[in-house]
Amino acid sequence: MTLKEIAEMLNAEVCVGEERLSEEVSTAFASDLMSDVLTLKDTPILVTGLCNVQTIRTCDMAGLDVVIIVRNKKPSEEMLELAEENDMMVMASPFSLFKACGILYAAGMKPLY
Amino acid sequence: MHQEYTVIEGDFVNAGKASSSVKKTLKQLNVSPQIVKRVVVALYEAEVNAIAHAYGGTVSVDIEADKITMVVADKGPGIPDIALAMQEGYSTARPEVRDMGFGAGMGLPNMQKNVDKLNVTSEVGVGTTVEMEVNFA
Repeated sequence: MTLKEIAEMLNAEVCVGEERLSEEVSTAFASDLMSDVLTLKDTPILVTGLCNVQTIRTCDMAGLDVVIIVRNKKPSEEMLELAEENDMMVMASPFSLFKACGILYAAGMKPLY
Repeated sequence: MHQEYTVIEGDFVNAGKASSSVKKTLKQLNVSPQIVKRVVVALYEAEVNAIAHAYGGTVSVDIEADKITMVVADKGPGIPDIALAMQEGYSTARPEVRDMGFGAGMGLPNMQKNVDKLNVTSEVGVGTTVEMEVNFA
């Protein structure tokens, strides 16, 4: 499915990276634990409740470039600047981590493991 | 090519600056993306460790034609039992480190997985030095 479809399903605001909305994706990972994110095989998407600069930095290092922040948390300017600098996309959804993952899974997104 | 960075205790906002800069350099040198990822994940883990556990330190990086050598040396409490610290899940991280999404006890084991050579030396009350090497081919 496309990132645009994901944004619509999750009622998410696209904070940076709008130019990537037509990209197709098929797998995602969800965690608040950045230590865990650093052990992943390649996947583009992280769904997370952790909303700080390290979320973006960790994803950049681990090669994930779409970050979906849940629970109505607003990414800071610093986070968005860092994301933009590294050609990443950041979305913010009002849904809980559980609900967001449930919706994506039901729509056919595949888990990594 | 030699690069050096300073790491400051508790400075999570800047955690990853060295890794980020190394990532850019390696990309410019056309090192393969898989190798770049292994290098920066390992270096980032070491950087976060120095910020989370120690009183700051230095990151030195040497890039040669066929490999990269990274040395993260901190001034800190040291590690009394390195074998224990290498075990997955063992952690002494403070709550504020966990709040940043780290401190799961996966850092040293993950460095081991990503590098070709890892050497950890430590003296209690003085500090810890992590030396890592990744071959480009």
